[in-house]
Amino acid sequence: MGKTLLDKVWQLHTVAKLPSGEDQIFVGLHLVHEVTSPQAFAMLRERGLRVARPDRTFATVDHIVPTLDSVRPLADGMAEAMFTALEDNVKRSGIELFNRGSGRQGIVHVIGPELGLTQPGMTIVCGDSHTSTHGAFGAVAFGIGTSQIRDVLATGTLALAKPRLRRILFRGVPARGVYAKDLILAVMARLGVKGGIGYAYEYSGEAVSALSMEGRLTLCNMTIEGGARCGYVNPDATTFAYLRGRPYAPSGAAWDRAVDFWKLMASDPSAVYDDEVAIDAASLEPMVTWGINPGQALGVGGRLPDPASLGEDAEVARAAYAHMGFTPGAPIKGTLIDAAFIGSCTNGRLSDLREAAAVVRGRKKSARVRALVVPGSEQVKAAAEAEGLDRIFIEAGFEWREAGCSMCLAMNPDKLRGRELCASSSNRNFIGRQGSPDGRTLLMSPAMVAAAAIAGEVADSREVLP
Amino acid sequence: MTDSSVIQKVAGRGLPLRGDEIDTDRIIPARYMTSVTFDGLGEFAFRDARFDREGKPKDHPLNDARFKGAAVLLVGRNFGCGSSREHAPQALLRAGFRALIGVSFADIFAGNCAAIGVPAVVAAPSDVEALMAAVESDPSVEIVVDLESMKAEAGKLAVTVSIAEARRRNFLAGDWDTTATLLANSARIAETASRIPYLDGFADFPAAAGGSL
Repeated sequence: MGKTLLDKVWQLHTVAKLPSGEDQIFVGLHLVHEVTSPQAFAMLRERGLRVARPDRTFATVDHIVPTLDSVRPLADGMAEAMFTALEDNVKRSGIELFNRGSGRQGIVHVIGPELGLTQPGMTIVCGDSHTSTHGAFGAVAFGIGTSQIRDVLATGTLALAKPRLRRILFRGVPARGVYAKDLILAVMARLGVKGGIGYAYEYSGEAVSALSMEGRLTLCNMTIEGGARCGYVNPDATTFAYLRGRPYAPSGAAWDRAVDFWKLMASDPSAVYDDEVAIDAASLEPMVTWGINPGQALGVGGRLPDPASLGEDAEVARAAYAHMGFTPGAPIKGTLIDAAFIGSCTNGRLSDLREAAAVVRGRKKSARVRALVVPGSEQVKAAAEAEGLDRIFIEAGFEWREAGCSMCLAMNPDKLRGRELCASSSNRNFIGRQGSPDGRTLLMSPAMVAAAAIAGEVADSREVLP
Repeated sequence: MTDSSVIQKVAGRGLPLRGDEIDTDRIIPARYMTSVTFDGLGEFAFRDARFDREGKPKDHPLNDARFKGAAVLLVGRNFGCGSSREHAPQALLRAGFRALIGVSFADIFAGNCAAIGVPAVVAAPSDVEALMAAVESDPSVEIVVDLESMKAEAGKLAVTVSIAEARRRNFLAGDWDTTATLLANSARIAETASRIPYLDGFADFPAAAGGSL
């Protein structure tokens, strides 16, 4: 019987079987940001412990940074304190920080891949649930809480139970105008937001092989929204081509040996899975969420469901209608929006900005909409500006901002106001997520957000694509 | 060097919090997380669900005087989904909850609860409903969550609960703070690191990884 990538990575990184029955797993890459780490560093200090592997730990600042004006000290004193705490902690511990203005700062899940830190066959953790993103490279990557950050800082390892593995097989290739975001929203719509509890996901099939690395990052990013803590794509030629020449990727004589290792880590054809789900990628249309969790999603041509038809999900659907103010049976297309947000660790990369710009080019945003484009990193911003994407957005009336998490979670000045309805390329439509307790979010691809911003309502981006 | 203590039983009054898929943004909205410590998070637990914009209390069980001082939180399905923020269980702990009984819990949330010494145990939907009903009809009833017998009792009602065996064992052994356990294996950590190819720039690959791949 063959082994899966999960089996191989787990085995390679297993330090010991613990008295509890869990495995002690070596962590190959630990990414740190300012929100979930200061308490962990404090616990280390209280216990007189040092950071075990500063060489495998890298930090950046993303959640709290303002995207308009990040002159220090930050206007928000509490945010400034978090920023300073991170700077002090990494300096004391010998951890490399990709700070604002370094040219390498950005959302932690954008910079790991673009710097070549994220590589196949690794175990990767971060105090952030969207760490699943890094699975795009064939890494076993998952979010952890602050006490676990303490464990990783202090020991370079974690106590973990190995998850079961479900293969998600996408049949066929998606039509033009259907993106990785639509593939993953289709998984949520199919399996719900609890379907992945206890599982890791392996994404495969023609549609996944055909995705760029940036598409695979989007796909793996939202794995956690379905309840699975990590999701991955087996490494292949696309993965290796992306990594070649990146600052922290192997080079010279090590490159060939690295590729040999990476190939070895991919799942064997004869591997067996605990579960398998097939999704027809060819029949998908652009997806839009209508409720208060990412599983409440439908095709742009669809009508809002009747809660009574949703079985065990009926009650959550009723809560969603109460919050959103929508009516069962109404079409999602044509729903008026107030705000548009393009960015986040889900869809804040160069290809996302290109796809949105292709829709926006030569048009003006609707007067009723305030529209924000926030590059995922300083590198993404520079690359987008080099090809003139910023001009396209600015001329259409969008705001062009500095890199950060921005309005995805609103731990910074970027927030929805009142009951605003936001077309958003981010990952969560939870109540209050975008910073207003009454704010409302419709998740969709960057191209769909762009189309909605132009039309002032939910629109089918395929109808305006050049 | 740790505060990891044996936790076999948690006893206290209950608070029924109905609804499925309650995410960590609802448990603790991100804008209350701008701090370098967990201190004071308790007052922000479910802040937006409990108070309107003017700070006026809404109809919410956490505002219900009958449940004041409750220590056992009763919840629905996939409680704690979403963000990995440990701020969520920290806020609940600081609001007085020392155990949770639910239909199911999100993986990261359940791990965070275990890591801070808060058992989050699962019961059948009908049993969670029965416990909620028992608390609603008599808010003074004491709920006892027993990790030895794996039962939750409320007056005459006794239901079976479950939790991952490793977590149960850690609570009963006082090992739920895992740092010391992990540190004790330092020699084996070094040995494991020596066979991971990417840690030495693939210099010894494939020789060092050898049999482990």
